[in-house]
Amino acid sequence: MNDQILPSDLKYTREHEWIKIEGREGLIGITDYAQSQLGDVVYVELPTPGTTFAQADTFGVVESVKAVSDLYMPIGGQVVAKNDTLLDNPEKINENPYGNGWIIKIEVDTEYNTDDLLDAEQYEKLVNDLHP
Amino acid sequence: MTYIPNTDNDRRIMLEAIGIKSIDQLFSDIPESHRDPDLKLQEALSEMDVLAHLKAIANENESLEQLLCFAGGGWYDHYVPAFVDQLMLRSEFYTSYTPYQPEISQGTLQAIYEFQSMICDLTQLDVANASMYDGGSALAEAITVAVNTTGRTRVVIAETVDPAYASVARTYASPLDITICSAKNFDVGENGVMIECQERLRSEINDETACVVLQRPNFFGWLEDYATVIQCAKRCGAVVIVVGDPVSLGLIKPPGELGADIAVGELRHLVGPPAFGGPGAGYFATTSKFLRSVPGRIAGRTKDNAGRNGYVLTLRTREQDIRRERASSNICTNEALVALGATMHMAALGKTGLQHLARLCLENAHLAVDKLTGNSFRLGTNRPFVREFPLKCPVPAHEIVDSLASDGILPGIDLGQFWPELSHHLLVAFTEKTNDKAVDRLINALGAME
Amino acid sequence: MKEEPVIYELSSPGRVGVQLPPLRKPQKGIDEYLPTEEIRDELPLPEVSQIDVVRHFVRLSQLNFSIDTDMYPLGSCTMKYNPKINEVTGRLSGLSAIHPYQPDGQIQGVLKLLWNLQGLLSEIAGFPGVTLQPSAGAQGEFTGLMLIRAMLTEKGSPRSKVLIPDSAHGTNPATATMCGYKSIGIPSGPDGEIDIEAIERLLDDDVAAIMMTVPNTLGVFETRIEKVCDMAHTVGAQVYCDGANMNAMVGRVRPGDLGIDVMHLNLHKTFSTPHGGGGPGAGALCVKKHLIPYLPGPTVAIDKDDQYFRQHSLSKSIGKVHSNMGNFGNLIRAYTYILSNGKSGLKSIADNAVLNANYVRVRLRDRYDLPFDRTCMHEVVFSGTRQKALGASTLDIAKRLIDYGFHPPTIYFPLIVPEAIMIEPTETESRETIDRFIEALVAIADEAEFDSSILRSAPVSAPLGRLDEATAARQPDLRYSPR
Repeated sequence: MNDQILPSDLKYTREHEWIKIEGREGLIGITDYAQSQLGDVVYVELPTPGTTFAQADTFGVVESVKAVSDLYMPIGGQVVAKNDTLLDNPEKINENPYGNGWIIKIEVDTEYNTDDLLDAEQYEKLVNDLHP
Repeated sequence: MTYIPNTDNDRRIMLEAIGIKSIDQLFSDIPESHRDPDLKLQEALSEMDVLAHLKAIANENESLEQLLCFAGGGWYDHYVPAFVDQLMLRSEFYTSYTPYQPEISQGTLQAIYEFQSMICDLTQLDVANASMYDGGSALAEAITVAVNTTGRTRVVIAETVDPAYASVARTYASPLDITICSAKNFDVGENGVMIECQERLRSEINDETACVVLQRPNFFGWLEDYATVIQCAKRCGAVVIVVGDPVSLGLIKPPGELGADIAVGELRHLVGPPAFGGPGAGYFATTSKFLRSVPGRIAGRTKDNAGRNGYVLTLRTREQDIRRERASSNICTNEALVALGATMHMAALGKTGLQHLARLCLENAHLAVDKLTGNSFRLGTNRPFVREFPLKCPVPAHEIVDSLASDGILPGIDLGQFWPELSHHLLVAFTEKTNDKAVDRLINALGAME
Repeated sequence: MKEEPVIYELSSPGRVGVQLPPLRKPQKGIDEYLPTEEIRDELPLPEVSQIDVVRHFVRLSQLNFSIDTDMYPLGSCTMKYNPKINEVTGRLSGLSAIHPYQPDGQIQGVLKLLWNLQGLLSEIAGFPGVTLQPSAGAQGEFTGLMLIRAMLTEKGSPRSKVLIPDSAHGTNPATATMCGYKSIGIPSGPDGEIDIEAIERLLDDDVAAIMMTVPNTLGVFETRIEKVCDMAHTVGAQVYCDGANMNAMVGRVRPGDLGIDVMHLNLHKTFSTPHGGGGPGAGALCVKKHLIPYLPGPTVAIDKDDQYFRQHSLSKSIGKVHSNMGNFGNLIRAYTYILSNGKSGLKSIADNAVLNANYVRVRLRDRYDLPFDRTCMHEVVFSGTRQKALGASTLDIAKRLIDYGFHPPTIYFPLIVPEAIMIEPTETESRETIDRFIEALVAIADEAEFDSSILRSAPVSAPLGRLDEATAARQPDLRYSPR
């Protein structure tokens, strides 16, 4: 799986979400590997801004033509924005999963825990183990 | 056997290729004590004898070929033009599977798309699916949609909704903690069934109501005025589900215009004789806001890799094979062939034909009412009706049904089987077949019962 | 292919395709019958002549593949020949022109047929109770789990879990949810059978039922089925069998004898009623004695004068699942089929179905990966992983089969086999046809090795090429609107 792009400034979940934490803000999306496994994304269910989720909670759903996948919170926080362009253009997740295919922006909990998250190297190993 | 082409020689060659001596060896995984039971069954009948046997059984029935039929209750004895059955016998339609391979299933797929279009037009709603098992299960699944989308579990069903549908809905609701409240929106007066819809229905609706189920024309055939009930439901945030006969929709205001969120009903009578109530096909139409909660298959138009128009089954992630335990419906097989027949018939009827057909029912029903005035049969509420009404009789309705059989007439349905207090009420329905002569025969036969 | 217009595009104002009796003269306005506020304004249906309709639908039919076109090897779907006599008996007016509310005395033939069919299915499957009410397999599953729920509720608690193998049809977990149960997956063992140790681990007194498919969706007969039934019964749980694969067993074994409590039969699979492009089906449900009191009503019964009647309310019934008594039209066809086959004929169905599947297994196992290489029942599951590595997925193989004149097999199912190719030839295909099919799959395996792009661009001979399903789902166009 060496053709997967893995930005090194992100943290990853075992369920294939990524998060970019900058100060109090966290930007969340799904990985390039996740989008390639799903295939053409056709629909995204997004949470209402204002909603608070704990770490590992389901915050939305992403659907391709023949698969449905839950989205999990990499860390706890309150949703401050959702990527509404995905409602009409869900293909942005396929085209640019780490860029304009982002899914939600959160205000991270004051005390959050990244111990369970993976760095790029660890995530790459996880993906490679899935596809030896 | 006729349907198995392999000969002993074929089987010998195939066993050799597999490397075994007998077919018995292929079944050695089955526990020996239960293998090859001695079934108490007859040996095969020839095709000629099978047909003779089935004809003999058929002859033990009094069919609607022999009886003049005024029975309805959702199952109407219409004449269906010959071309419909001829086309349904195209084996490319009836021996094909669900169109999961769109490149070689465009016939079925485009027909579903046309079916959905016609159901949307008929009901004036935005989206329709490819069909449900029957009207009853269509209602049951509509209630599930309402419960899931509102997060509420209280369901109000008007008592004038088809009791068979309500009964199926109760079965589907029972394991899911859904409470079904039946709103008794009729009374029995001296002259028969009296409709009192508004007040009692409204009083059942509140902020905990997931949906309100109404029927137009209702099970008795009347057009109830639901305007304030629907307003009240909307105000409480409840989903409005309207059950309705597709033929009557040729004349009356469609559910979408009345404010219905979901419309369901039965299509069997557009396709062929009642077939003892199955297979039918339930239609299911709704507004776009419920698009992703619609149960069952949906066809959509798209392009192929050369840019040509084509059709596919779409929004597939709603369905059980993908969503599995998170799917809210388990429907897989539907009633595609019946829906296809309905599509063909609706296309041929078209705007003018469907209106004309509904109008024939309307005229025949009104003729009967005019002729019945003045004898001891009464009509109850003075509500408008299209093709059906309950007649209060001087004797129990089942006696009329039994007695008129000898005149070759099925005069209607004994309403006492659904509501004991309506034991003297006969539900009488009209189609294009129940013309002047037929109505006269009914009136004369009823006259003898006074 | 010349594009077939949507029927609406053939419309011309004033045209009508049916010849109805005339309206009464002198004609009255509709508003003399109905208040104006009840009358509909618009009815935007197409306006076409009968020949337009006939040609349109005949042309559409010609775009379909069907059993009557060629072999349809869809695993778990049992696309066998649909005998034509069934269409004749199903249309006898004495059986089809029957109103569901006619009194019992007028429909003795209908009730007799239902009674006889219940008896035949009871004998074939080995269960004393049968209801013919469910419209399809999935509704049979729903009815079956509801019976279990009702029985357990009466004993104190409906319980909360249903165990379902990871190889199950999607309807099984969806049914469990509809019946208020949580689905718990049971992994398959290395031999393709259900993992007994996993069941031991998962089974407790909160499990209502184990739902199994026998033979399972890998085409493997569950040799430990009796043990599974014993284990379930020990904790007071029931065993439900998805009967989609009965074609492998008919006449050879009665599932009821194995300890199963409830099972549906897909009459549109094993018993030859046509699939109709997706339905109607019929899902007769067979039950052991202890579940009979809960069956949906009405049921058919016979009185002491040999008169058949509808028994409306069994005391503990779960209620109705169908508006009437099921898809009677399909029941006539299934009845016709059973009589046409008889005792030996039914057994030869399973014999030839299983023989044909094993013949395919042995002849193709050198060219396609076979994850579970053991005697199969009526279907065999290959994996397209070898071809996938060459750049041709299972989808590509399936689409290429279209160019060879065959319907593709079931693909990507069961989910536990990567790149699954599930083939069910059925007993009604001849050795020559199956040889042709095998040769096509061999040729496709050759093509994959030679130039896999041939597969990726398939089909080239179908009315259309591959369709854009992503756009269909992103921008749903689900009904005609004038453009």
